[in-house]
Amino acid sequence: MNYNQDEFLICTIASLLETSRHVAVGMASPFPGSAALLVREETKNQIDGLRLSMIGGDANNPFTDGGRELFDCSGQGRIDTFFLGGVQIDGQANINLVGTGDYPKTDRRFPGSFGSAYMYFVVPKVILFRPEHTRRVFVPEVDFISAPGTSEDGVYRPGGPHALVTELCLMMFNRERKRFQLTSVHPGHTVEEIQDNTGFDFDIPETVPETLGPTDQRLRLLRTQISPEIAKTYPEFVARVFETTV
Amino acid sequence: MALFTTLDDLAQQVADEALIVLPPDYSNVPVAAVMALIRRGVKDLHLLFAPIGGIAGDLLIGAGCVKTLEAAAITMGEAGLAPRFSEAVQTNTIAMLDSTCPAIHTALQASEKGVPFMPLRGLIGSDVLKNRADWQVIVDPFDKNDGPIVLLPAIQPDIALIHAPLADRDGNVWIGKRRELMTMAHAAKTTFVTVEEIQDDNLLENDLTAAGTLPDMYVGAIAEAEKGCWPLGLAGRYPADTAAIMDYVEQASSQVGFEEWLKIYGAPR
Repeated sequence: MNYNQDEFLICTIASLLETSRHVAVGMASPFPGSAALLVREETKNQIDGLRLSMIGGDANNPFTDGGRELFDCSGQGRIDTFFLGGVQIDGQANINLVGTGDYPKTDRRFPGSFGSAYMYFVVPKVILFRPEHTRRVFVPEVDFISAPGTSEDGVYRPGGPHALVTELCLMMFNRERKRFQLTSVHPGHTVEEIQDNTGFDFDIPETVPETLGPTDQRLRLLRTQISPEIAKTYPEFVARVFETTV
Repeated sequence: MALFTTLDDLAQQVADEALIVLPPDYSNVPVAAVMALIRRGVKDLHLLFAPIGGIAGDLLIGAGCVKTLEAAAITMGEAGLAPRFSEAVQTNTIAMLDSTCPAIHTALQASEKGVPFMPLRGLIGSDVLKNRADWQVIVDPFDKNDGPIVLLPAIQPDIALIHAPLADRDGNVWIGKRRELMTMAHAAKTTFVTVEEIQDDNLLENDLTAAGTLPDMYVGAIAEAEKGCWPLGLAGRYPADTAAIMDYVEQASSQVGFEEWLKIYGAPR
C-alpha cells in the first residue's frame, strides 16, 4: 500500500512504543498521539497492553486532578514514555523550546519550555520528535537549555532522551556516550544527506539500514480506526493527513 | 459571601500592579473578563499562567496591561505563535519569568498549604533554573545521597480570575474536573469568577456537583458573562472558535492590527 510521509512518521514513532506500558502525550502532539493510539489498539487484548494518557483535549484524557496530575504521576514513575520537541536540539540532546539568540532578548521567541525541564528528568523514555531536519534545528549548541539531555552524576535522573525521529532518519541516544547514533535512514534519503543537514556530530555504524515502512495491516488500522479517534483531539490534523489517502 | 456584580464592575475591583493568575486555554479562560480589564485600563499587572497561556495573555500584553509575565509557555496552539507576546519579549517591553509547568503548579500548591516553599525534581542544569534568581538549590537534608533539589517559593496571587459554567445564589461555583482552577483559587487571596449562568439550587447540596464545586469561602466576586471564554471554548458548552482565533493571530501580527481587532471585539457585548 502507498502511504504519505505523515503516515510513515506516525508508524516510525509507533515502532518505538512497542514495549511501553504507559505513554503520556503532551499538548499539540498529533503525531505522537496517533502513534500511541495505534499501538494501544494493537495491544488492547494483552494484559500489559499500552495505556495512553493524552492531555491535548478531553478525549483519551483520564486525568481528574487538574494540570498537575500528569506531572505528579510522572514524578512517581507511573509514566514510562513521553514526547518532546525543540526549536533547537543539539548533539548532547539538550533541547530549546524558548527561542533563538541571546536570552532573554531573543531574536525569535517561541512559546516556552512547557513541562520539559521536569519531564525530561523523570520519564524513563523520552522520544524527541522534530520533523524538520535542518542545521537550523540540529545545532552544535542550543541557545537556551529548556531541558538538558544529560546530567552530572548525583543528579536524580531516572529519565532522559531515548530516540530522535525526524523526516530523514531515526537516531537513538546513548546516555553513556552522551551522543546520538544513527539507527536507520528513511527511504529515499542517504547518510550523507543527514550529515549535511545536521549541525552536530553523531555516531554512524558501518552499515545503516533503511527505516522500515508501515505494514499494510498497520496502515489500514491507522486510516480506519485511529484517524477518527485522533480527530477527537486534532480535527485539523486528521483532515490534512488522511484526506489524500482514504 | 461573594459579591454578585457586573463584568465591568468586577474589572474595576482589580488594582493596578496586582498579581493575577489565569488558567490555561483548555480550562475555562475568562476572556470576556480580560476584555473588561483592558477597558478599565489596568496597568502593570504581574500576570501568572497556571501554567501556560494563550490569547488572554496576548491580549493583556498587546493592550499594555502587563509589567511582568510568568508562564511555562504562551502559545496559540494550532493557530501558531502568540504575536503580541513574542514581540514584547523580543523587544524587552515586559519582564519575562520563564518557568516550567510543574514549577507553577507546585508553587501554587505551596500557597494552598500555607507553607513558604516546596521542592521539585528536574530543572538542574537548565537555563530555566539559571535565569530564576528567586529559586534555590539545596541538597536533600533527609538523604545526602539524593543529591541536589530545587526549592520554589510559594506564589500567592492577589486574584485568581476564572470562568465557569455555573454558580449558585450562595456564591458556590461549579468547575467540574478542571481542578487546576481549584488549586488557583485555594492559592490566591481571592477569586473573581465570570459564569455562563447562575442557578437557584445550591451546588454543594447535590453530591453529583459538590466534588466539582469551588466553595463560596474562596470566591470574592461573581459576574455573569455569556460565552465568557470566546473565542476559546468551554467544555460541555461550546467549542473554540478556531476561525476567530486564526483571524486574531493574523491581525495581531502588527500592533496596529491588534488595536483594530480590539476596537471591534473588545467592546462591551
